[in-house]
Amino acid sequence: MTHTLLPVLIMMLIAVVVGVVMLALAWFVGGHARTASKQEPYESGVPSLDENRKRVNVRFYQIAMLFILFDIEAAFLYPWAVIYREASTGAQGMFLFGEMLVFIVLLAVGYVYVWKKKAFDF
Amino acid sequence: MNWNDMIYILPEVILTIGASAMLLVPVTGGRGAKLSAKWMMIILLAITAGALIYCSHAVENIDQSRQLQAMFALDGFSIFFKLLFIGAIAMLVMLSEDFLAEGKYSPWEYYSLLGFALCGMMFMASGVHLITIYIGLELLSLSSYILAGFYKSELKSTEAAMKYFILGAVSSAILLYGISLIYGVCGSLNLLDIAAAMSTIVTNDALMFGIMLLGAGLCFKIAAVPFHVWTPDVYEGAPTPIAAFLSTGSKAAAFAIFARIFYTGLHDFHLEWNYVLATISALSMIIGNLAAITQDNVKRMLGYSSIAHAGYVLLGVISLNALGLRGILMYSVVYVFANLGIWATVLMLRRHQYAGERVDDFEGLSRRSPLWAFAMVIFLLSLGGIPPTAGFIGKYFLFAAAVQAGFGWLAVIAVLMSAVSMFYYLRLVVAMYLREGVEAEFAITTPLRIVAGICLVVTLALGIVPSSLIDQAVLSSSHVAAHAALTPHAGR
Amino acid sequence: MSPALVVFLVIGTIAVASSILVVAMRNPVHSALFLLLTFLCVAILFVMKGAEFVGAVQVLVYAGGIMVLFLFVVMLINVRHLPDERVLSNFWKGGLLVGLAVFLLFFTMVRPGVFHDPVASDQALRTTYTYRHRKVHQPDGTVVRKLIRRGKVVGNSEAVGMALYTDYLVPFEVASLFLLVAMIGAIVIGKRELSAIEEENIPAYMLERSETEHEVKEAMSA
Repeated sequence: MTHTLLPVLIMMLIAVVVGVVMLALAWFVGGHARTASKQEPYESGVPSLDENRKRVNVRFYQIAMLFILFDIEAAFLYPWAVIYREASTGAQGMFLFGEMLVFIVLLAVGYVYVWKKKAFDF
Repeated sequence: MNWNDMIYILPEVILTIGASAMLLVPVTGGRGAKLSAKWMMIILLAITAGALIYCSHAVENIDQSRQLQAMFALDGFSIFFKLLFIGAIAMLVMLSEDFLAEGKYSPWEYYSLLGFALCGMMFMASGVHLITIYIGLELLSLSSYILAGFYKSELKSTEAAMKYFILGAVSSAILLYGISLIYGVCGSLNLLDIAAAMSTIVTNDALMFGIMLLGAGLCFKIAAVPFHVWTPDVYEGAPTPIAAFLSTGSKAAAFAIFARIFYTGLHDFHLEWNYVLATISALSMIIGNLAAITQDNVKRMLGYSSIAHAGYVLLGVISLNALGLRGILMYSVVYVFANLGIWATVLMLRRHQYAGERVDDFEGLSRRSPLWAFAMVIFLLSLGGIPPTAGFIGKYFLFAAAVQAGFGWLAVIAVLMSAVSMFYYLRLVVAMYLREGVEAEFAITTPLRIVAGICLVVTLALGIVPSSLIDQAVLSSSHVAAHAALTPHAGR
Repeated sequence: MSPALVVFLVIGTIAVASSILVVAMRNPVHSALFLLLTFLCVAILFVMKGAEFVGAVQVLVYAGGIMVLFLFVVMLINVRHLPDERVLSNFWKGGLLVGLAVFLLFFTMVRPGVFHDPVASDQALRTTYTYRHRKVHQPDGTVVRKLIRRGKVVGNSEAVGMALYTDYLVPFEVASLFLLVAMIGAIVIGKRELSAIEEENIPAYMLERSETEHEVKEAMSA
């Protein structure tokens, strides 16, 4: 069991290394302009020094909630993708394809609804 | 599993497509948005009902695949309940029109949520696998939470939705934990497999624990004591048509899964759970009815009365015999129609969003609208179980089942508590007939009249000529009853 | 002690400790971060039990998504001044009692041996067969094509997929309805009517920076 997870560990290590390398490169290669606004961490337009518990517009929350729903949808796609090649023989293949299509179409209905309700507009 | 199996879930598929389309009609604009959402919904329900009836005949020639069989049953029991649900939702659509127009709420979302809730209820009725039942129940619950909070501007409605959601989520978690323990012991979630596995088990603590948790979760859904606290608050705060939905359709669906799970799946452990459920049933009847007496708010009163009715229906589960199962089926019908009639009256009496819910509002109704007052009396008598209304037939079957199964004491409590319930039902009658009412305006609209008319006709007709309902219940329950191996346990 | 047991003990301890800290922390943001730690530890435990898929979903959905929601809630409800009370509310005795009772119940009722033979069915569930033509070298030098059946114990995701998209098709499709209803709910409950939106859709901080920041900036430049 443990050795099958070795690739995962290696991938995590690579991810860490890549991250460190990118930061280091930026540090060594990039210029260093030390103005006041450059000292602030990048916060997407939100003041960086402020009360830490600020009231957030409810629509951020809506976006987060919608994100989770599509996240869960994606989680359903993984096992399907894993088995599709092996399980799709003959008519069964179309059926497998169709059932996932139904699943996605239903969520697409939700997507269109959410879109048209201007939940993504800021 | 293959495409041919789809005919088994055709009604659900049609309903889903229709409800999704209704969701998209207003946002895509164009001519569609001008159509009447109400009539679209009614047509959709009619098509669904038609498809259901068509399927029930068509499936006889098609082999259901093993995989679908393990999940989903299109048997008499499920068709009976599905038709009841469709009828109840259709009447709720009629009831909702004025409420939506008054609050300027978008009817499309509202109706499409009702459609999805109905879809969940239909899966519950057909589920023979705990996962199908659970996911159907969750679909229903989630839609109900949203609908309960539909008065966005009203604090009470938001509060009701919040309470309902949090308690509902906790109870779902409990239910799920029970299901997982049952799966751990039995190795399957199909009710027949569970029954087969249980027949080989003499005693098993984890299984007992699982059944306990499952029962607790289900008792929450039907609002039986001690899992009832949410009911009055939610009924009071939710928009009135939604309170009507929660106390009729949603509740009948919970009765259906209660019956299916205990009759088909858990009957072998009857001796272990029947006294627990009997206690819950007795408590529900006593506390529900006694608490209802003190209520001045009709919505709260109906909430407590629905707790008591959950207690009556539990009699049918506890007795675990053919009579009890028929009783559950019949009582669900009787209860839904009588209750919807009362909710229609409450809706009619409203003058602004939350009025029409005090007992005082009923004063002098007999003078203002004699026919309506008469209908109201019939509905109340039916809930109280007085002949010649349909309520008597339903109660008769449930009580007889309890006596037959050796729960005479429970039947005695039930009869006594029915008498107590007449006290607060008659309070409304007294208000309507003997009190001088304020000359308040109220609007009897056509949809309300239609709903009340249908409920009145059904309640009276089933009370006077009950044979059709009894025959239907016998027919519909026979399949489930055949699974349940009912007789060996009757005398154990 | 086997290495797996050591890992289990360490991770389990962290999970329990951080879940206690979730309720014990004063600052809700700290609570949320400990919840994240709990989720991650639980994900590791899932992986250790061979449920890699559930572990991955745990990280993806819970640690990724649900945590974001929690943090949003913490910020949304705007707990500017935390009540100066003890961290433990007055209900802690009752809560402890209920917790102990539930623990005892679990401890006595749910124990190994009462469950349906999990090992055998686990292997059966995870075994899939593949058929391949293989060239087989015979001892006399000729090469023969043979059909070879191979049973292999597949990964957890495959086992989940096989069950989900064949046996559990109906619940799977209903799950998409469930997600759809959740989406409608997010909009219906969270969205104001269109007229109200026009007035308030620009977050305040985009229009003016708050005074606190100006003060801090002045202090820094000075």
